[in-house]
Amino acid sequence: MSTYDDELRIDPVTGQPAIRTGDEGRINRISVFVFEWPIRLWHWLMVVFLIVLGVTGYFIGSPLPTTTGETGEHYVMGYIRFVHFVTGYFLAISFLFRIYWAIVGNHHAREAFTLPLHKGWWWAGAAHMAAWYFFAVKEPKKWVGHNPLAQISMFIFMLYLLFMIFTGFALYSEGAGAGSWQDQMFGWVIPLFGQSQDVHTWHHLGMWALIVFATLHIYTAVREDIMSRQSMISTMISGERMFKDDRPE
Amino acid sequence: MSHTQTFYDVIRRRGITRRSFMQFCSMTAASMGLAPAMSGRIAHAMETKPRIPVIWFHGNECTCCSESFIRSAHPLVGDVVLSMINLEYDDLIMAAAGHQAEAVAEKVMEEHKGEYVLAVEGDAPLNEDGMYCFVAGKPFAENLRRAAKDAAMVIAWGQCASFGCVQTAKPNPTRGTPVHKVVLDKPVIKVPGCPPIAEVMTGVLSYILTFDRLPELDRQGRPKMFYGQRIHDKCYRRGHFDAGQFVERWDDDGARKGYCLYKMGCKGPTTYNACSTVMWNQGVSFPIGSGHGCLGCSEDGFWDKGSFYDRVTDIHQFGIEDNAETVGAGVAIGVGAAVAVHAAMSVVRRTLDKADEKAERSGQGQG
Repeated sequence: MSTYDDELRIDPVTGQPAIRTGDEGRINRISVFVFEWPIRLWHWLMVVFLIVLGVTGYFIGSPLPTTTGETGEHYVMGYIRFVHFVTGYFLAISFLFRIYWAIVGNHHAREAFTLPLHKGWWWAGAAHMAAWYFFAVKEPKKWVGHNPLAQISMFIFMLYLLFMIFTGFALYSEGAGAGSWQDQMFGWVIPLFGQSQDVHTWHHLGMWALIVFATLHIYTAVREDIMSRQSMISTMISGERMFKDDRPE
Repeated sequence: MSHTQTFYDVIRRRGITRRSFMQFCSMTAASMGLAPAMSGRIAHAMETKPRIPVIWFHGNECTCCSESFIRSAHPLVGDVVLSMINLEYDDLIMAAAGHQAEAVAEKVMEEHKGEYVLAVEGDAPLNEDGMYCFVAGKPFAENLRRAAKDAAMVIAWGQCASFGCVQTAKPNPTRGTPVHKVVLDKPVIKVPGCPPIAEVMTGVLSYILTFDRLPELDRQGRPKMFYGQRIHDKCYRRGHFDAGQFVERWDDDGARKGYCLYKMGCKGPTTYNACSTVMWNQGVSFPIGSGHGCLGCSEDGFWDKGSFYDRVTDIHQFGIEDNAETVGAGVAIGVGAAVAVHAAMSVVRRTLDKADEKAERSGQGQG
């Protein structure tokens, strides 16, 4: 009973949580609000959309085993393609929204779209992060927003989304037909790659690129959450970046 | 004057009835997707306009386009279709030979300057100054540029002239080059296919004769009316595709039932042509109708897209020949393994650091 009370007790003098014996490592953690709710919502929507797109896309390229029975009773490929197309639309619309929020949101919302390539501190930070990943330094630096390496990977991810949206809509325009708005806006992509089959191949490679990205993204997020000096995963849920120590840098 | 003869004059003289002639006009209007009233306009053009003078060249090719052309079915027999145009020069089938034949070509280029249509079968090899294809003692590319200079327009018949076909497949030793990359100063209509469908070829010519202009072309220079849709869009097996019913092996039950050939590498979903609607040999059948997938013979570089029997085709971009699946999975597994190793190293490093810290702290405590 008393132990539990101790845990929650606030020191009346400092106004801070009371420190018990054995809690010497306890510090006051600073937290900074980083990600506004549209960014967080967009992030988790991406998780859902990309899983759906990856799975349905895989089954468009390599369809499920043949269905048996009357043709009129089945619509397997039809449904899979329908889900892929609808989710593709969702992805494209949410991407447009994300660009909008990069303009109207706080400065962290712009990090994935603009790289401060002309800033010396940014390059130094990138080098330090790289050294951290090569086990060459003992400790990473603190970053309120994205660290430079994360920022580069997010920037590439945005380009990737753009690539998948353009190739995806170009392929969709083939079914929508010549003269459709999809054809007028995205049809030029097909001769750019050669022919329709080439666009299919590149779009399919995009699925594997997504798997590679997801592997790296989840690994680094978990690793940073444990080993870096700030919170990671909870930041994408609450928007708050919490620092584990109060040393500068 | 033989030059002012119309198409109608010629076919009437050959004993074709007016009824058959009108049928031809209706069929042509329908196949071009024109309104019913347009068949009258086609008939009028055929009756009044002089036949188009045509110079027909053969470069690096196999003549399958000519073979297809003379088998046009709707509804007139091959020799009458040839009468629609005033085929002045065709080194393959003309009676004259040698200097006489070349004199004819020269005469047409002078007399019909800016009026004649240059129809080309085959591409022009450019390596070794065009040594790989000589016609009339000159490299074919040179003849092609010369004839195109005074032509009203150029028609690239077939895959060779449009995109290059098998002779330009990797590594393309003769540097075979399609017509639109040799003739840069004239509009080039591409009528790809290996060969193109006969009715498509006559349809394109009928359009040019009727309307005195190029048919509407798509981004790759193909007439939209015949190349506006994929084989897949109008395939009679499309219902099986949507239902998820596929041929999985050549001798399975699905093959017997006529299921979709998607898994057998059919290129119908990526090939723009009129095969599934116009069909071949007087509308008898087309590859998918005979139980075999489409090869994609009217698409750019179709020889270099790996096996005809793979759905996910090979890629060459990275100096390797493998399909997107193996490349993608390989990279994904590689990255996964790297991440696992990195994670293990991180754990080791963190454990060692913790141990160091502890030792340091206890050292300080003693000091």
